[in-house]
Amino acid sequence: MDRFRMIFQYFQSNSESVMNGICGLLALASVKMYTSFDFSCPCLPQYNMAYGLGIMFMPPVILFLCGLILNRQSLAMLEEWRRPQGRRKKDLAVIRYMCSSIMQRAMVAPVVWIVVTLLDGKCLICAFSGSLDPEKFVGFANVSAVQAQQLLAKVPCKDDELMRNSPSRKAVSRYLRCWSQALGWSILLILIIAAFLARWLRPCFNQATLLQARHWSNYIDIEQKIFEETCCEHSRLFAHKCILHFFESMRQEIKLHSFSLPREAEEAEGEEDLLRGITDQDQVNKLLKTWYYEKPPLDVSQATQR
Amino acid sequence: MDKFRMIFQFFQSNQESFMNGICGIMALASTQMYSAFDFNCPCLPRYNLAYGLGILLVPPFILFLLGFVLNNNISMLAEEWRRPQGQRGKDPAVLRYMFCSMAQRAMIAPAVWVSVTLLDGKCITCAFCTSVPVETLGNASHPRLSQGEIQRVLARIPCKEIYNGQQLIANEVAVRYLRCISQALGWCFVLLMTTLAFLVRSLRPCFSQAAFLKSRYWSHYIDIERKLFDETCAEHARSFAKVCIQQFFEGMSTDLVAARCHLPRKAPVDAGEAAKKLLGITDQSTMNMALKSWHRCKPPLHLHPPALPTGNGWAGEGQPLTHPSAPRRETAAYYSWV
Repeated sequence: MDRFRMIFQYFQSNSESVMNGICGLLALASVKMYTSFDFSCPCLPQYNMAYGLGIMFMPPVILFLCGLILNRQSLAMLEEWRRPQGRRKKDLAVIRYMCSSIMQRAMVAPVVWIVVTLLDGKCLICAFSGSLDPEKFVGFANVSAVQAQQLLAKVPCKDDELMRNSPSRKAVSRYLRCWSQALGWSILLILIIAAFLARWLRPCFNQATLLQARHWSNYIDIEQKIFEETCCEHSRLFAHKCILHFFESMRQEIKLHSFSLPREAEEAEGEEDLLRGITDQDQVNKLLKTWYYEKPPLDVSQATQR
Repeated sequence: MDKFRMIFQFFQSNQESFMNGICGIMALASTQMYSAFDFNCPCLPRYNLAYGLGILLVPPFILFLLGFVLNNNISMLAEEWRRPQGQRGKDPAVLRYMFCSMAQRAMIAPAVWVSVTLLDGKCITCAFCTSVPVETLGNASHPRLSQGEIQRVLARIPCKEIYNGQQLIANEVAVRYLRCISQALGWCFVLLMTTLAFLVRSLRPCFSQAAFLKSRYWSHYIDIERKLFDETCAEHARSFAKVCIQQFFEGMSTDLVAARCHLPRKAPVDAGEAAKKLLGITDQSTMNMALKSWHRCKPPLHLHPPALPTGNGWAGEGQPLTHPSAPRRETAAYYSWV
């Protein structure tokens, strides 16, 4: 248990690696979500585009928000941004650095979803099959416009009776898929080039400011953690004292009420101390009832001065 | 725990072995990506070449840049390149070594993708099916078809289910031909890459080995120095935060004592370990005030030495901080450590 706790603490201490880990997990989760999602195009003229584009863009927004929520630093950044100045100046560079690092990490999972969607092709086929020019494809050229629209809208549904073995359907599907995959690879290429340039060119601009901003954003994180730990420890001691005080006062009350009973010499002092003078069922019941109905005040100043 | 930490640190400390690991993972990821990718030849005359060559060349480029992006050394290299000279000279040989070692590692995943693609054959089949020599392999004497028509028919070779040019040239023949060329190209590519790697490794000691050893040493040094600096800064930030918070709580408790100095109090002679740890905060309203003050008025990033209790107190909201009042000075003298 101890070993587990120490490992956990080790990973937690380096908060950047924790956040990178969460970012990677979200990306994997988005791929898994896509593969397990049962895409089912409505194959109706007005609904196709809404469904296709909806599936392409709504989950990324959700994943982006999840990425922001799961990141501890976003709360720290908001707090740092909104706190009153007080006696510690606010450094905008630090806030900007934290904001940009949070955004970058949160963007990974949505981008992965969009790229996987485009490389797979189903969404785009569903969304844009109705927008194609029927003249280009042999099977749809000689029908009326309305019918062409309906047939084109049915292209994403392989099992429809009309479309089951139609070569024109396969041609349309292949055409759209080719565009979809080309778009997916292009987006990936642009993003990678942007990431590469950002990493390469960043030290050329304001490296000293960057080092400072990174250090102080790390500091804010550590300080918040240590403050919480200190408060936790404090509240533990506080609670301990409060409860001891409560038991003391109950023991005194019992002593007052049962002064007539002969008290034996305190031979087994160690155990008596632990029992704190509460030694039979009625006393325990009274103690529990008082604990529920009349909790002690949050004030141990008397207790510490004893 | 210690053992685990040591192993982890070993892998992390040797940046080169860590990068080798990442490089291997990326190579595996590239084969996985290829097999998961659903190759879908458009089977249209102009689109085939663009699609096939695109799939052959764009993902390797992406993987190459990804290899750079994932490598932490790249920002180190850029930093070393752009830093002002200051009191430490810059050695271009070190920069060249770092760049070369990064580029070599980044080349592995793209080379794997290209090899796998060529050996599989789908890309080349899709891209060059319109250039199949119909005269030698098929029946070129088909007078009815114009050039454009022939192109359109040939473009459908990769899509067996819609291929309608069996009389012109048999589908299996064309596919086998293109695949054979593709696999030959693939094996030649693998041979070329391996020969290059072998030459680079075996010929390097023949040229300026001493300079090479020097560059390698100093590039490792720069890496280790940067890591140690980051760790030291993190340790420093931790200690800074601890002392800052301690002084914050002490300041609060000093103020509270000053505020309550009119109450009859027994001097806590034997305060005990726990009471000391309570940092002088012993009731709910005090704690609430401490938390509120933590948010509203964080302590300045300026630690004062512990011997001089300069009433850095939180003196309640809105009170001027310039002059300590008389009773506080008295109490400060009482608690003075001098």
